[in-house]
Amino acid sequence: MNAGPSSHADVYLAEAEDLLADMEAGLLDLEGNPRDADQINRVFRALHTIKGSGAVFGFTQVADFTHHVESAFQRARDGEIPVSPGLLEVTLAALDHIRDLLDGKEDRAREKSLLARLATHVPQGGAASSRPDKKAKPPRPEPESPRHWRIRLKLGPQVMAFGTNCLRLLDELRALGDAVIIALPEGIPPLEHMDPVACYMEWDIILTTEQPRSAIEDVFMFVAEDATIGIEPIAYEKDDSKRLGEILVERGDIDLDNLMGALRQQRPVGELLVQAGQVSPEKIVSALVEQSKAREEPKTPMGVDAGHGSLRVQAERLDSLMDQVGELVIAQARLRQLVADSEDLNLRAVAEEIERLSSDLRETTMGIRMVPIGTLFGRFRRVVRDVSRSLGKTVELTMDGEDSELDKTVIERLNDPLVHLVRNCIDHGLETTEERVREGKPEAGRVHLSAAHSGAQVLISITDDGRGMNRSAIRAKAEERGLLAPDAQIPDGDLLAFVFHPGFSTAREVSAVSGRGVGMDVVKRTIDALRGTIEIGSTPGEGTTITLKLPLTLAIIDGLLVRVGKGLYVLPLSTVEECVELSDDARKDQRGCDFLNIRGALVPFLRLRERFKVSTPPDPFQKVVVVSSGTSRVGLVVDQVVGQHQTVIKSLGKLMADVREFSGATILGDGTVALIMDVPRLIEMGQTGADDRRLQSGVDDRHLIAGETR
Amino acid sequence: MGKTILTVDDSASIRQMVAFTLESAGYSVTTAVDGKDALAKLGSGTADMIITDLNMPNMDGLQLITEVRKLPAHKFSPIVFLTTESEESKKAQAKAAGASGWIVKPFQQEQLLAVVKKFLG
Repeated sequence: MNAGPSSHADVYLAEAEDLLADMEAGLLDLEGNPRDADQINRVFRALHTIKGSGAVFGFTQVADFTHHVESAFQRARDGEIPVSPGLLEVTLAALDHIRDLLDGKEDRAREKSLLARLATHVPQGGAASSRPDKKAKPPRPEPESPRHWRIRLKLGPQVMAFGTNCLRLLDELRALGDAVIIALPEGIPPLEHMDPVACYMEWDIILTTEQPRSAIEDVFMFVAEDATIGIEPIAYEKDDSKRLGEILVERGDIDLDNLMGALRQQRPVGELLVQAGQVSPEKIVSALVEQSKAREEPKTPMGVDAGHGSLRVQAERLDSLMDQVGELVIAQARLRQLVADSEDLNLRAVAEEIERLSSDLRETTMGIRMVPIGTLFGRFRRVVRDVSRSLGKTVELTMDGEDSELDKTVIERLNDPLVHLVRNCIDHGLETTEERVREGKPEAGRVHLSAAHSGAQVLISITDDGRGMNRSAIRAKAEERGLLAPDAQIPDGDLLAFVFHPGFSTAREVSAVSGRGVGMDVVKRTIDALRGTIEIGSTPGEGTTITLKLPLTLAIIDGLLVRVGKGLYVLPLSTVEECVELSDDARKDQRGCDFLNIRGALVPFLRLRERFKVSTPPDPFQKVVVVSSGTSRVGLVVDQVVGQHQTVIKSLGKLMADVREFSGATILGDGTVALIMDVPRLIEMGQTGADDRRLQSGVDDRHLIAGETR
Repeated sequence: MGKTILTVDDSASIRQMVAFTLESAGYSVTTAVDGKDALAKLGSGTADMIITDLNMPNMDGLQLITEVRKLPAHKFSPIVFLTTESEESKKAQAKAAGASGWIVKPFQQEQLLAVVKKFLG
């Protein structure tokens, strides 16, 4: 018996008993009317289920024997053989035999004779030919050394309409190993001929995997018949032979400059073919990927990192490298600006080359600073062990996404907040062992750390399966501290966010580990400083998830350049939601109602001209940039939206540590300095400003009404 | 997680086994005893995936697949049917009707889960 707990088998036995009774009734009815199709069907279905379920639940002998009887009835159902009295006779006897088999009584001799009798009623060539497949799944072959495969995938047009998600198939391939997937959109017809639910896309996949071919074929098991799928191994070729040019240079027949000059005139064959319209650019890309894979030395599982040793470098050197690259990017931007007006083609060519090089260099340098987050997660084993010991709780720590990479500085600064969050989880989130048992939860509490990339950000989440956050306690505390009006309706997320207020703790007792009301506000501040966001989700009784969203790097951001008065400022692009024009009404209304109506939602806005005390005349059309952080949004009124700008962040000096509005500065292409706005802070200001005004305007309104009635 | 799977089979033991396997893996499971029942259940609730037997009274699996594909909400839902080795022609019919995949009986719990994972992830 191989399937599940014995209760399944019990259900099967009871069910088989019912089915046999049903079948018996059917057979007896058939004796009176052998052509009754409904009854033939009834008998067939009963046999079919007894066989099918029997095999599933491990009654193989029952399944094997029933299979023969079922086959006979299938042919009767299909009208190939008549339901003769003889057949009914044998079937009834077979029924008794099945019943005995189910009871655990075996009788090989009777089985043999029954099968022989059955065969006399069924012409040869049918029944016995298709036996149920008894062979167990072949054991998974040992992983082979990785190989490269070329897979060309053209799915049937109706594959999506039949419930298959093509992207999931590609994901399955990715799960097998290292896959480079190139989409070939040639097959997509013009819009007017396109069936929106049909699949026109083709894919070339260059897969490097240790799995055997069958694993690749398994991915396509359900779509293979309607699809054209080519799976071919790519031969590894070692490219040692010297090129003609290299030999000529070596012999001294030409010098390197001659060679490079000649090579520049030569155009790649791919480019020529594309231009001639003989092949699509995507197919060239695909072939190039294959070429580069084929030249890669196939790694042996033993020495994966052979020859790829790592080098320890002092962190300061890395920081200064990053600084210098930042300067280079700025200098390059200036160069680009100068060259834009130049007629000198050679100069422009050099400038473009430098632009490409510096952007490559920047990528590489950032890559060097990336550290897998596993190094940080690793420390939590110890934290969890120590904290759970001291609290007398059993905690199981799991993690995934340890490979996700993050800037070294971000990782370093994440340590303290994460330690705090994990401690909180164990101390407040998880119940005591007794409570858990009472609630019917597993004794060991679970804490899960996970990290994943999402665009230019990393999501880190800490999940526990504890009691969840106590909303009424948070509310009571918030009301007690005057943060929330009694009975005020606020969104759940906002309510939970109260725990980030300084000195806010709902823990009834202070433990050695946490609960002193310091912490969550510090966590929030650290995350803000890293230009990240923090969100809480919590289900009572089921647990809490805290999600941190962090930028991959601190050194360079994509920014939106805006102008207020004469000054230029940068807003991190990741915080910008949209830009709208400030309507006339809102502009003239200086009385205080600084709210915008954006598609029905009220968004408070800050007039940066006022805040920065700008004296130049305002632009005639003021713009509002709506920025967000977490769930709050605020509009910032600026004179002009200049455009997107790659921003290298320079920190403000110590003298300016108390500047609240700005988180840093950057140098623009023309050498001017632009300040980078600290969006979470500005939102805080905008929101508190809005609250104040809401109170004030309430007062104003009363005066107004009083004035009118007077 | 939290995906719902509708399993349709006239055999109570198969229904129980499928439900047990899938629920242990964290899916929600609703069951129906035949095609008619399944259509009614789809009308009143949701399902992210359907696993159906082919041989059933009242409305068999083939008809069920055809009907489900007519429902706008399930135009692209994965539908997997249970079949035996001896039903090659049935298999072709079911695929033509719009089935997404199949599981050959007898199957092991891991096989069932592997197929479900293929479609729901």
